[in-house]
Amino acid sequence: MSTTVLDPATTEVTAGRGRSRTASARIPLTRLVGVELRKMFDTRSGFWLMASIVITSVLATAAIIVFAADDQQTYDNFAAAIGVPMTVILPMIGILSVTSEWSQRSGLTTFTLVPHRGRVLLSKFVAALVVGIVAMVIALVVGVLGTLVGSLVTGLDPVWNVSVSEFALIVLGSVLGMLFGFMLGVLIRNSAGAIVAYFIYTLVLPPLLGLLAVNQKWFADLQPWVDYNNAQTVLFNGSVTAEQWRQLAVSGTLWFLVPLAVGLIIVRRSEVK
Amino acid sequence: MITVENLTKTYGRGMTAVDDVSFTAATGRVTGFLGPNGAGKSTTMRIVVGLTPATSGSATIDGRRFVDLPNPGTDVGVLLDASAQHAGRTGREILTLVQRTMGLPKARVTEMLELVSLTDDEADRRVRNYSLGMRQRLGIGAALLGDPHVLILDEPANGLDPAGIRWMRDLLRGYANRGGTVLLSSHLLHEIEVIADDLVVIGNGRIVAQGTKAELLASAGTIARARDTAALAAALERGGLTVTHADGSVRTDATPEQVGEVALGAGLALTELRAADGAGLEEMFLELTADTQREGVAA
Repeated sequence: MSTTVLDPATTEVTAGRGRSRTASARIPLTRLVGVELRKMFDTRSGFWLMASIVITSVLATAAIIVFAADDQQTYDNFAAAIGVPMTVILPMIGILSVTSEWSQRSGLTTFTLVPHRGRVLLSKFVAALVVGIVAMVIALVVGVLGTLVGSLVTGLDPVWNVSVSEFALIVLGSVLGMLFGFMLGVLIRNSAGAIVAYFIYTLVLPPLLGLLAVNQKWFADLQPWVDYNNAQTVLFNGSVTAEQWRQLAVSGTLWFLVPLAVGLIIVRRSEVK
Repeated sequence: MITVENLTKTYGRGMTAVDDVSFTAATGRVTGFLGPNGAGKSTTMRIVVGLTPATSGSATIDGRRFVDLPNPGTDVGVLLDASAQHAGRTGREILTLVQRTMGLPKARVTEMLELVSLTDDEADRRVRNYSLGMRQRLGIGAALLGDPHVLILDEPANGLDPAGIRWMRDLLRGYANRGGTVLLSSHLLHEIEVIADDLVVIGNGRIVAQGTKAELLASAGTIARARDTAALAAALERGGLTVTHADGSVRTDATPEQVGEVALGAGLALTELRAADGAGLEEMFLELTADTQREGVAA
């Protein structure tokens, strides 16, 4: 009797295994990036965070049209106004894309389905990059519309005073800010902690470093090489010298690449609970 | 088949969570992983699926390490903590993420929702509004979505109502009968006793007993009742058998046959005589873990 029970079972399993073998190709990175992008939009908070990119862009543009003087209705002013909320929202997106796996504990599922944490983080990195660049394109479009509407309202010709290279630098600056948030997420792996760290870095640290530079000659010379925040701000000013690129690279290594590497090592070795 | 060999996990403070644990969960069988809270069940399971790095030892699924599985969800279904989900996602969305990660057809999500009896309305609710029982059902659905041949479930019966527990039991029984491997942990002794074919009992990070349920329960003893229970106990003690009393019955390590003979010799009419099944595992569980638990308290 036991054989009659066992036989169909065995065949079923073999069939099942044969099927799963063929389906068991290594999960491609593109699929993981797709899943990570989906995760950024599929909660209410995530959705509104994304929507806020568009909303704040439109609000900032409207504010320039309403409040700025007629001769100030230039593209660079629109770009600057839109850039302000971007520099806050994009890093938050970068942070939360990583930390929610820990803070919400969904990492238990994520890292079981993909037991290679480096790959998961890489796909999060790519997803954040995609969102950052798309956000900047949205900002570009909203800025263009703002400039056109502004010129209609004032009756003056639209002023296109931002070159392609300047815009590229702004995109780079914003994306670097976003990736800094991503790095904090990897390093701290806690939403609240990473957000606080980000604001300390952007709001508390710069005046302190400035104060130090004013009072200490040695630091004044050193600051451009170790102050990543400062080096990034240069990108928004339209032109970057060769030395400033080197300063961005040096300070970026110190504040971004090294902590990111440390974070990756910790993530790969840590327990997911 | 899950093979765990000499698995050890120590933490910095000299605490050993898992201490030289070895066992196998065989194909086509339900293996119950039993132990008190903090015994190392969850840590062992997390090590098997690669969430926690082992200090030493190995764990393999059909001879392969979990991290070497190309698409693990299609080989091994895992449910470690039903509450570990983003509270802001809907149940359907959580299954969709699982389905997409594994690269399976979208229809699997609907199939799984049906399998675990979550209605369309419930599936579209956010998980923060789920009861623990609904989360467990969702978690089972996520674990089964990839049609795996191995299931690893940590306390899956937690939060389920009696009907849900029955459903889970039938589901896992059918799964194992079709040739699947099931490793499930629980501290709900009765549940494990009803469903498991094999048992692994762990206490304080160490395996204290393992074998088939039949083997382990065979030594669980006999429960007998007579109109004069005290006389029966006295007769058994005279016969050199150790006896414990519980709610008007007599419990002994002897076989029912021995007890019957003693009773016949003493001229006592038995009103009940059976192998200690129901309470047997609990007795064994408490007995086997008592030493390690005391050590735990002392340390």
